[in-house]
Amino acid sequence: MNQRIPVTELTGGFRERADQALDDSQLRSNFRTAMDSLMKKRADAFPDEDEREGLREQGNHIKARALSKLPDLLEQLEARLTENGVKVHWAETTDEANRIVHSIIESRQGSQVVKGKSMVSEEMEMNDYLAERGVECLESDMGEYIVQLDHEKPSHIIMPAIHKNRRQVSKLFHDKLGVEETDDVDRLIRIGRETLRQKFMEADVGVSGVNFAIAETGTLLLVENEGNGRMSTTAPPVHVAVTGIEKVVENLRDVVPLLSLLTRSALGQAITTYVNMISGPRKADELDGPEEVHLVLLDNGRTGAFADAQMRQTLNCIRCGACMNHCPVYTRVGGHTYGEVYPGPIGKIVTPHMVGLHQVPDHPSASSLCGACGEVCPVKIPIPELLQRLRQENVKRPDEAPAVKDGGAKYSARERAIWRFWKTLNTRPVLYRLFLWGATRFGWMTPKNVGPWTRNHSAPVPARRSLHDLAREHLDKGGQS
Amino acid sequence: MSDLFYDAAPNATRVAPERPKPRHYPEKPEAVTLFGTCVMDLFFPEAGLDAIRLLEREGVRVHYPQGQSCCGQPAWTSGYASEAREVALSQLDLLDNGLPVVVPSGSCAGMFREHYREVFAGEPENLRRVEDLAERTYELTEFLLYVCRVQWQDLGQPTRIALHTSCAARREMNTHLHARELLEQLDQVERVDHDHESECCGFGGTFSVRMPEVSGAMVQDKTRALVDSGAAEMVTADGGCLLNINGSLEKQGQAFRGRHLASFLWQRVSGEVEA
Repeated sequence: MNQRIPVTELTGGFRERADQALDDSQLRSNFRTAMDSLMKKRADAFPDEDEREGLREQGNHIKARALSKLPDLLEQLEARLTENGVKVHWAETTDEANRIVHSIIESRQGSQVVKGKSMVSEEMEMNDYLAERGVECLESDMGEYIVQLDHEKPSHIIMPAIHKNRRQVSKLFHDKLGVEETDDVDRLIRIGRETLRQKFMEADVGVSGVNFAIAETGTLLLVENEGNGRMSTTAPPVHVAVTGIEKVVENLRDVVPLLSLLTRSALGQAITTYVNMISGPRKADELDGPEEVHLVLLDNGRTGAFADAQMRQTLNCIRCGACMNHCPVYTRVGGHTYGEVYPGPIGKIVTPHMVGLHQVPDHPSASSLCGACGEVCPVKIPIPELLQRLRQENVKRPDEAPAVKDGGAKYSARERAIWRFWKTLNTRPVLYRLFLWGATRFGWMTPKNVGPWTRNHSAPVPARRSLHDLAREHLDKGGQS
Repeated sequence: MSDLFYDAAPNATRVAPERPKPRHYPEKPEAVTLFGTCVMDLFFPEAGLDAIRLLEREGVRVHYPQGQSCCGQPAWTSGYASEAREVALSQLDLLDNGLPVVVPSGSCAGMFREHYREVFAGEPENLRRVEDLAERTYELTEFLLYVCRVQWQDLGQPTRIALHTSCAARREMNTHLHARELLEQLDQVERVDHDHESECCGFGGTFSVRMPEVSGAMVQDKTRALVDSGAAEMVTADGGCLLNINGSLEKQGQAFRGRHLASFLWQRVSGEVEA
């Protein structure tokens, strides 16, 4: 009766986890179906190519402008928010951020937190931090709630439980909540909602993320589709928003195109069901809203990325998830394979700045550089170009002062020697032709097994004569044969 | 929850990107340089020769400088920037003669046109030469279509083919559109779509050996889609994908194969029957 429907639990490094995920046919079909659908939704949401490209260009410019004056905008944001009655906190590390959040909860003698969806809180591993200190932190986003119930991590930044199908969720609810199994998605959502509703009323503190922090007006903008974000930010007496420093934009005018890019790129929506604009705690003459509002601004490696002109572009990200939806690697291995908070193409370029390349040495290589991510990115982050740059930093010798945190994680004297040899071969025409001569003459000696290549392919046997050879012969005869 | 998405497209063939980047095309030149690419040099030399024949058929004289080797892409995408730069520099010197450069591979053409700028970043003198090279670099199908303005008569038997386009050819050179347009001139050739046509075949240069698990899953999906498409064969304008796809098909014991677009086109327009 209590037979658990297996959910892939992945172990080892990226390649080992990928191998396990690839063997899980259920997981693969769950991702393929969902990503196909999301690609279609995005395409349908941008029927006019010119409009889409114009908007992406605009989005890129807005973010570049905001980043070019990031320190000033952050100061302005703090000043405006403070005027609005919001308490602003700065955290360099996730640990600092957690301590700040915990101290706010302690100041209210709180023991129950209800949380809207927030990837930064995942970055902080806030739930675990608070649980260790006796504070229960409940996820109120349906997808987050599902993964929390199953002691998992989100597998997608927008759809945390996308790796599960309804049967798996039904089984989970049955096991954990003792409700009857059902295949009816509406019924499943109702079960989740009923459980959560009571918690909103009991919570001491509500935690949320932020999509855009607007400097000019001191406004925190939060989009969502389930209403849980509005509940989390208004029902409990205290609201704590946590966000990365890159979320600040100059003014409300800038938000309009960014919002349109975000919702259309993410789920193909013209606009989300809820758009919350939070500009302060409850005022004296107001009936509802929180008594206190806090904003925790987290760095966690972002200033490291900011310091490098090329890597700074990673901070353009508005967290829509389109890059993972269109990624042929992510589609096949799923989010958990990445082993970090942010999966997919964007995860590969932001995570190294947060945790260092030593922790994610295979991330930069886990891409065929097909370019689908860069093609769909709403703020035009050149993701493939940044992956290439990370590969450079990854293979540097540690004393060559790599510009990215823990660069040189993949330094190998042997591999470098191979590329040096390759370089010599390809820069000396005589040597190169000698190589061609040998390879074409002795191609028949190609072994059946040539490392990883022959795992998926037959042995690569060179042709009997090279193009150099054939072309010379042909052109010597005057061409036109 | 994944199956909340019940309206998934049954065949997610996307024409992406939808429109070529605007480019000015010159009058047909008297002579061009063919940059054969290292993959074609070693594995598909006949296709390179067919590219030469296609160009000569249009009255264009073809040079094949014997000093050419590789565009530098394998080292560049592997993170070995200085090694890539030296190889790129040797080719930049070699091709620095003002002749149009025709490349039977979108990926290598894209390296010249898009990535040499990154390779030589901060070197104004070389960047000037890179801009000059980029300006006169053409992928083969693009050159045949817009510079030679070919008008072909199909001399072959009726056939159905699937077209695979490499990602660099697609996104950097728009070869997916050019190749479709060329194939449309052949009235006995029916081009059939295949499932997830715009998705990567999993090659990615050294990706295929660094991540053989993921790369293998990708090429298996790609070959399945190609075999299921109902086409008699696959054509592609990129040697890398061809090596990947044919190697996988052979390993699987499939009879289905792909070949280079240049060979396919030459056969159709010359009426030559494959030996």
